Amino acid sequence: MTQYTRRAATCLIGAAVATFTLMPTTASALDNASAKKLVDALVGEINRVIASGKSEQAMYSDFKRIFAKYGDTSYIAAYAMGNDGRRASNAQKKKFSAEFQTYISRKYGSRFREFIGGRLEVKSVRPVKSWFEVQTTAFLRGESPFTVTFLVSDRTGRDKFFNMFIEGINLLLTERTEIGAMIDKRGGSIDKMIADLRNAK
Amino acid sequence: MGEVLKISPIRARRISFMALAPLCLILAGCATPDGARVSGDVFDPYEENNRQTHELNRALDKALVRPVGVGYTAIVPDDLEGSIGNFASNLGLPGTVVNNLLQGNVEGAFTNTMRFVFNTTLGFGGLFDVAGDFQIDEVKADFGQTLYVWGVPEGAYVELPVLGPSTERAMVGRAVDLFTNPLSYVLPSPDKYIGTAAGVASKVGDRGRYAETVDSVLYNSADSYSQARGIYLQNRRFELGDGDAAEEINPFDLNTEGF
Repeated sequence: MTQYTRRAATCLIGAAVATFTLMPTTASALDNASAKKLVDALVGEINRVIASGKSEQAMYSDFKRIFAKYGDTSYIAAYAMGNDGRRASNAQKKKFSAEFQTYISRKYGSRFREFIGGRLEVKSVRPVKSWFEVQTTAFLRGESPFTVTFLVSDRTGRDKFFNMFIEGINLLLTERTEIGAMIDKRGGSIDKMIADLRNAK
Repeated sequence: MGEVLKISPIRARRISFMALAPLCLILAGCATPDGARVSGDVFDPYEENNRQTHELNRALDKALVRPVGVGYTAIVPDDLEGSIGNFASNLGLPGTVVNNLLQGNVEGAFTNTMRFVFNTTLGFGGLFDVAGDFQIDEVKADFGQTLYVWGVPEGAYVELPVLGPSTERAMVGRAVDLFTNPLSYVLPSPDKYIGTAAGVASKVGDRGRYAETVDSVLYNSADSYSQARGIYLQNRRFELGDGDAAEEINPFDLNTEGF
């Protein structure tokens, strides 16, 4: 199992490296192949960090870098803030976006530890409206395989993932619920929510 | 239920029919929201009661389920824990096959039957998931899902004591599933309780294995009730194939300026 996983991780790293070397410098229109390529590269980097055996803190900063590189971070932050975003000042939005990236990397980074010894495989890609849905299967030790879906768009001019579903559970929706509840609990204060995001798990 | 073997099939049928009658009444009384539902939508008219049950469940988890789960995972070796889980899920398969058939899913019924045969024989009574090694994975089904296939609406969200998040439809399904597994009519009584015990053990073990993830929902989130409700409903609808959540967000509709 360990050997197999290591081999798989090595393959994924190889694939990720190959993807970067071969990635065209000119921006290309998003299609099935490029959406799949993005998720392959993303999964490759995540697997590499998990396999690195680094300290948790080091892993979190790696995940933050990966999130910023592959994720449509401004869209994700705007969605998470929901309707409260309409009354937020630009300074609040900017600060929230930065804190939210750290929070997400820490929260999901610690979840990824449960993935140790597991792997994600890209299964299929399909166009949906103006974006692409990349379905992957997660194989975890002692678990039936389950579906993890990434949504990819070129809204920003570059291919980025803007949402993720784990067995149908919408990451964006879950975080919007969380941020909304945090704001409610703090008497509607966006500033207090942003300040407390630093310690939120 | 232990007496079922001793009574005649006709009486058994009458008993299960009698058990079903009140369920039909509950189903007919299933509350439904007005208008079409979008995935991610929540219909929760019993929220106040549900929140009380949620607090009860959290207290129960904190005092009993979590510590036992964490202890279980720490003490029981991983392989044994896996085998207990395999054993329990294998014993549940005949019930799954019944539901596959009730839903008209012959292929699913066949796959699950193959799984059951392989794992019961080559997998030493279901302790090893031999079928899984051959990619013969379980095609999940339960009576709540059967009701969905038959067109029964989801009903309101309900948080059940001990059992946790559910819907009115899923709750009725759970009750009926106490009777859908043919094994419970065939196995002598001590044996079938071993299966039940293994099922409980495997659930408790899951609580320990995924302690951090469950903790993050139950104890670290700003509103654990809403989170548990949202996560359950989305996951349940996904399993049922009810609605395509991924289609409902348009990334180009949102104003991201300033973020």
